[in-house]
Amino acid sequence: MSEIVDNNPLDLTGTRISVQKPEVRYDVQGEMPDEERVRIAMRSFVKDFGAHSAIYMESCIHCGMCAEACHYYVQTGDPKYTPIWKLELFKQAYKREAGPFAFVYRLFDLKSAVTAQQLQQWQELIYDSCTMCGRCTMICPMGIDIAALVSQARHAMFEAGLVPHELWAVAERAEREGSPLGATASTFADRCEWMADEHEVEVPVDKERADVLVTISSIEIMKYPNTIADFAKVLNHMGVDWTFRTDGYEATNFGLLSGNAAWQKDMSMKMIKAAIACGAKTLILPECGHAYGALRWQGANLYGKPLPFEVLHISEYLARGIKEGKIRLRQWPESVTFHDPCQVSRRGGATAAPREVMRALGVKLTEMGEPGLNWCCGGGGGVVTIHRADELRYKTFELKMKQVEATKAEHLVSSCSNCRQTFDDGQAHFQWDKTMESLLEIVAANLINT
Amino acid sequence: MDLIDFARGPALQWSLALFIFGIAWRLIGVLLLHRKVDHSLPRHQDTTMGGVRLIFSRMWPKPEFRQSNAVHYALSYTFHIGLFIVIFLFRPHMLFIRDLTGLSWPTLPSGFVYVIGAMTLATLVAMLVRRMSHPVLKMISNFDDYFSWAVTALPVATGLLAVSHLGARYETLLALHILSVCLLLVWFPFGKLMHATLFVISRGTTGALFERKGAST
Repeated sequence: MSEIVDNNPLDLTGTRISVQKPEVRYDVQGEMPDEERVRIAMRSFVKDFGAHSAIYMESCIHCGMCAEACHYYVQTGDPKYTPIWKLELFKQAYKREAGPFAFVYRLFDLKSAVTAQQLQQWQELIYDSCTMCGRCTMICPMGIDIAALVSQARHAMFEAGLVPHELWAVAERAEREGSPLGATASTFADRCEWMADEHEVEVPVDKERADVLVTISSIEIMKYPNTIADFAKVLNHMGVDWTFRTDGYEATNFGLLSGNAAWQKDMSMKMIKAAIACGAKTLILPECGHAYGALRWQGANLYGKPLPFEVLHISEYLARGIKEGKIRLRQWPESVTFHDPCQVSRRGGATAAPREVMRALGVKLTEMGEPGLNWCCGGGGGVVTIHRADELRYKTFELKMKQVEATKAEHLVSSCSNCRQTFDDGQAHFQWDKTMESLLEIVAANLINT
Repeated sequence: MDLIDFARGPALQWSLALFIFGIAWRLIGVLLLHRKVDHSLPRHQDTTMGGVRLIFSRMWPKPEFRQSNAVHYALSYTFHIGLFIVIFLFRPHMLFIRDLTGLSWPTLPSGFVYVIGAMTLATLVAMLVRRMSHPVLKMISNFDDYFSWAVTALPVATGLLAVSHLGARYETLLALHILSVCLLLVWFPFGKLMHATLFVISRGTTGALFERKGAST
């Protein structure tokens, strides 16, 4: 057992899954002098600084409007949560080290060098108080994709060993064991067998060849295992040649969330290799927000060339199945509001698919404002794993509850298991009467099997 | 050489040269950086229209955000429209640009432009007060924000003084007005005033990247 496992055992019994008793605060990883830590962080941030990021760095006009789009600022009124302020140190580093006038800034010392103490303070702003939900991107009059820059800043923070401990711990575990939450390959295979028995449904695992490779999130394996059976019910209903694979099942990517680019690649490559090994034409991603961004939009770039298969979120696959007449559904004429997972919808583009599925179910849908623009659940970007962020997260969750309540809908539905555990945790904390329901689960429960 | 000759002559020529060179340097400095090839399968192949769309659509706030930033939107619209009218629709300015470029266009009555000029200056003062008092703006502001404000407000203020012949001889006031414009031109490429060119590039970039994914803009 590694030190991290001994010091940070998993907490699998709570409403959200994380590690137990994080002890180190203002967390640092590794031994190095402060100056070295700062130098690594800043060098890492400006390294590979492409045209897109540079354009964004040059364009901020300090209008402060992004504050009003951020749930952390709106709920606390604390200006430090202004999204663009979260990048202030990195903007300084960019201007001083990489911008077109960097030589002027350095010559006259116009931008002071960042200190280790500042970087430690910024850890809260880069991790605890940003889910990279991208609402700030939607309001910025200059169109700056602030969320993408925060993701880039996380790379720098990881390299400098300045990641919140729990997030670092689950990412390290994911890299070492193949799952951030102890859902190892054998655990997953056991759970598939259990679900197959429990639901009397065939769950193919490790087929050598299959048209469709289905992936899953550790949160689902450990906390919502019925998802395994729901996948099986739907795909068997469709008559698809599909499989789970124990060499590439885990879709969550804590490499991405923590900021470790190498681990992110390792995690994505497992699924890519498994899909290639079984000759899959389609890889289905589970109800997981960041998993969609990580593989659908970044996977091919980590692979270095276009993927030899298509990547679809489960909601997209369901919508296609319905359109092609392969999924036949009973009507479920309930009053519903749909929570758009930020990375699938707002930042991923799969906004229409879940609505097509709900239309086929015959639900009465009440939107929470403009589709794709609703408030984040507050647990994305790895924030739900960070214990010290709990109080702040609950404050942002109040905003989400208010938005859900305003619709007066009876059911709250979404298609992200990370959102789901955040909703479950918030529901328990506030003793709220709304339980988030999974779109896949609802579809699986309303199949018309002939 | 009189102050007015200096202002109209070498000062304007050098500041224009720095203005153009500085803009080119800053734009080329970022645009020539590498762009990674995106191997992901695009949801939409043609992304150009997505970029163009966001350049225009982001001029209008989304209904979702209108209320929370109402003061900011009101001040910004008033200031930008006012500045446009004062710079381009004031007859002496048009004539000045016509002498330089040969281009001409219809202008507005001077009396109307004076009122707009005064309103623009008042809005600028309100924006400064807001920047110095709003907790968010106060925290994120730096030298660039205040200096850019000053070099923008000065030409408006000196222009109003010149047309109203207040404080000094007309030629002196006009020379100061032109010199304040020179200062604005010299500072333009180095600070946030560059957003007048960068907004097209940064909005266009996000518009195109998000169109590729079919993501919300």
